Parts: sequence; structure tokens; C-alpha cells
Amino acid sequence: MARITTLSEAIAGAVHDGDTVALEGFTHLIPHAACHEIIRQGRKDLTLVRMTPDLVYDQMIGMGCVKKLVFSWGGNPGVGSLHRFRDAVENGWPHKLEIEEHSHAAMANAYEAGASGLPCAIFRGYIGGDLPKVNAKIKRVTCPFTGEELAAIPSHRPDVAVIHAQRADRAGNVMIEGVLGVQKEAVLASKRSVVTVEEIVDELPERSLNAVVLPHWTVGHVVEVPGGAFPSYAQGYYPRNNSFYKAWDDIAKDRDSFHAWMKTNVLDKGPDTFAQYARKHKAAAE
Amino acid sequence: MADYKPTEMMTIAAARMLKNDDICFVGIGQPSAACNLARLTHAPDITLIYESGTLATKPTVLPLSIGDGELCDTALTTVSVPEMFRYWLQGGRIKVGFLGGAQIDKFANLNTTVVGPYDKPKVRLPGGGGAPEIATSCGEIFIIMAQGKRSFVDKLDFVTSIGHVAGGDSRQKLGVKTKGPTKLITDLAIFAPDAQTKEMTVVSIHPGVTREQIQENTGWPVKFAASVDETPVPTAKELDVLRELHARTNRAHAAA
Repeated sequence: MARITTLSEAIAGAVHDGDTVALEGFTHLIPHAACHEIIRQGRKDLTLVRMTPDLVYDQMIGMGCVKKLVFSWGGNPGVGSLHRFRDAVENGWPHKLEIEEHSHAAMANAYEAGASGLPCAIFRGYIGGDLPKVNAKIKRVTCPFTGEELAAIPSHRPDVAVIHAQRADRAGNVMIEGVLGVQKEAVLASKRSVVTVEEIVDELPERSLNAVVLPHWTVGHVVEVPGGAFPSYAQGYYPRNNSFYKAWDDIAKDRDSFHAWMKTNVLDKGPDTFAQYARKHKAAAE
Repeated sequence: MADYKPTEMMTIAAARMLKNDDICFVGIGQPSAACNLARLTHAPDITLIYESGTLATKPTVLPLSIGDGELCDTALTTVSVPEMFRYWLQGGRIKVGFLGGAQIDKFANLNTTVVGPYDKPKVRLPGGGGAPEIATSCGEIFIIMAQGKRSFVDKLDFVTSIGHVAGGDSRQKLGVKTKGPTKLITDLAIFAPDAQTKEMTVVSIHPGVTREQIQENTGWPVKFAASVDETPVPTAKELDVLRELHARTNRAHAAA
């Protein structure tokens, strides 16, 4: 049942050391503010699940929050490498990182299977490549009707899903529009959830009859964090800050400059810092 | 002859491969530039699909990421990522998949995972993303990659997504019914699979490029088709549209 709360209470209540956590958002609506709060609260030994690790996981890996990463594409989209992720895999810094690597199709299917209450996902995939050789969780099953060999992997059942959305109403019903990614599936597959939103409104605005709504009884903590996806974007609120994604390449390349940036912009700040990005970009768009 | 860069020739040659009625799954970077150039020149009705779920999108600037708002704003509809991979890709609705990679071998298998051993990589690359299933579920695959000895290698460090596997009928023997890579467009030439061996073979050489140059930038002994064409030079219109697209894109990305 949805509870409208603050970000620090939501993360303290839902995300614990050692949890399996899925922060989702496919380029759009990436929960940056929630990621920063997890780092500020010093969570450790997390197993992070995410299709596209992106900057949020680069930051958590570099800050030593992560034991294991379950993923399908770990880069800075259109820019290049995630340097903290690479440093962890290539050099074990700040400590060794276990990886469980999949394809996008597998990850999407595993979230859907988790949301469906199934133990595994079955799909046509992983044919001929080397990923099944390095990931023991990729198996083959035979269709009992046609004899076709298909891929099977365990469904995703995270302890907690963390997502960002445009709006929630005061009961905690959540509305998501635009590039939807796997957020709905991630929330429905998880035991607990934290949903940050651009705004909490008296009534959800006029919308298409099929706009994605997560009913309040399917979500846990709901928190208003304007700008909470920045430098990712919130369709209808502010655009993706592509120049920040480019700037991150230099910030994260070096361990010291990474730490300096994290101290100034994350450790010494709070969730309200995100509102300025939203306002600034909203003004620029008008 | 118009003055142009080898990468411009590559993008333009790749764009020419696409037809107006194609339904195309687009990767970010070079594939995205080629697909949108095709849409803005000879293939205005082409259906471009990005894995973020945007169907029939018509971006005015190239997206930096696979899910920029621009793609959603200009799409016919946007579906969830599980739906994209299950109904549209696995369902066999996509005719052409357009891929790039860090390493390619002579059978057009691709590596985007690691350089060096998987457990102790010299370079950890982003990984497969959508490629492993795009490579087997799309009707055919076009690959666009600049040539060099470090990327055109005799043996891949890791097979992220398959092309023609070990050549001959080895792809079919895995139970895959789609054609696999039918075109490989580089900054020097165009390759296509040999009918029998399935080895990627040079069928067209870009203007001013020599066979020696192609060999010097390839990590295996290159085969040339019995009859090799010269790729037509970029037209003024192709170059104008491509340069304007890149200029618009750079302005938009600097502003945001």
C-alpha cells in the first residue's frame, strides 16, 4: 500500500544492506535522486539489477555500494565507457565486482516473468554466442509441443524496485508516460518499491485511456522529488541533459575527480538539490 | 569529385542499402546516422524502430541515447521494452537489423563484450544489449564498422552475437532461420557473404581505395568477389543532408 513520505525515509525503510535492488528507467526517468540517497545512506553489498547500468550504477559501483551487477549493457549511451564500472571489472577497484551478464531480451523477459509470478522466463534467444558459456543461469528448455529448443533464465524477483515517474496522486496511484522501459514490470516483480515523482497532484491529469498507471496498492513508498531524474529526463517536464552525459566521461575517468564530484554533488547535498535542475531546464524550454 | 571523408562515404553507402518499405531495428551511433540519412533522402517512408520501444520514429536530430525524448515525440507509438523484444523482435516483424561492433571476424560474428579474457579483460566493453537476439530474429543484418586491424580480427575474443558462425551452413544448423549479415559496410568497401562459404567478401570498393589498403586494415586474408564494383561517390545531396543532420544534432546536444 502506497505511503507518501520523504526520500530519506523511503530509502531507509525499503533498501537494506545486502538487498537485490533494481533501479530501472530505460534512458528515460532514471531515478538519479534515489540513487544519490542510497549512496548517502552508505548501503553496502547490494546486488544491482538493471538493463542499462548507466551513470547511476557507475556512481554506486565507484562508491563501493555494490557486490554484484546483473545487467545487459553497461555503457554511457552515445558517449562510451562507464569508467567506474570498467575500473571495478578490470582492476577490482574499489573492490571486486561479481557480474551476471545477459542480453536485453533476456532481462526484459526476466522482469516480465517476475511480474507474472513465474519462476523463469522462456524466449527464443542466446543462440550460438558465448554468453551462455560465462553465465551458468542461461539454460535451454525444449518446448513440449513443438520440440523447439528455447532459452530459459530465472525470473527477476528483486527485494526492491526503485523508479521515477511523472506523477502520483495523493493516494499514491502512479502515472508513467513516454519511453516506458521495464519500470512497471520491475515494480510488480519486486517485494518492495520506492517511486519518486516529479509532482504529487490532487487528481491525475487528463490522459490517454491506456497511460500506464500503477495502482496505489502495488507500490510502496511514493516521494515527490522534482527533477529527480536529472540528467536523465522526464517527458513533459525537462529534456535529457546530453551535455552532462558527455561531461561524466571526464569526471568518472579518474578516481580522484570522481570522488571530488561525488562529495560536492552527492554526499554534501540532499534530494532538494534536484529541483533546481528541473526548474532551470523547464525555464529554458519555455 | 566531391570532397568527403571516409566515414561519410561509409554512412552514405550504408544508407543506400535501405529501401523505402523496410522495417528496420536501429542501433545507436553509425547505424542511426545511416538509417536517418536514408529516411531523409531516398526512403522517406522507412519504418525505424529503436529498442527503447519507439515504433516508426522520425527524429529531426540524431539521438545520443537509444531512448532520447526526440524518438518518443516523433514516434507513431511507444511500447514497453518487454513488448518490443517479445512481440516485435522475437515475433519476426522486423526485416533489417542494423548493427555495429568493436570486433568482427570474417564470418561477421561480432564482439561487443570484452577485449582479452572474459574473467580478466584488458578492456571491458559495454556488452551485448539487444544484439544477441537482433542478430538472429531480424530477417537480415547490415553491419557498419570502420576498418582496422584491431577491429577486423582473425579470431574474436568473445562472440557476443552471431553472424555466419563458422561459415557454410553452420548458422542454419543452429536452428536459425533468418539470413544473418548480408552486407558489411566499412569506410573502405562493401562486403557481402560468399554464397557457399559465407565468408564476407569484398563486392564494392569505395572510390580512391586500393585492395592493398583493404588488406592492410583487415586481420585475415581478404577475399574479393570475381567482379568488384566501384562504390558510386556521394552525391551533393547525400553529403548536404548528412552534414546538415550532424550539424543539427551537435547544436541540439550542446544546448541540452
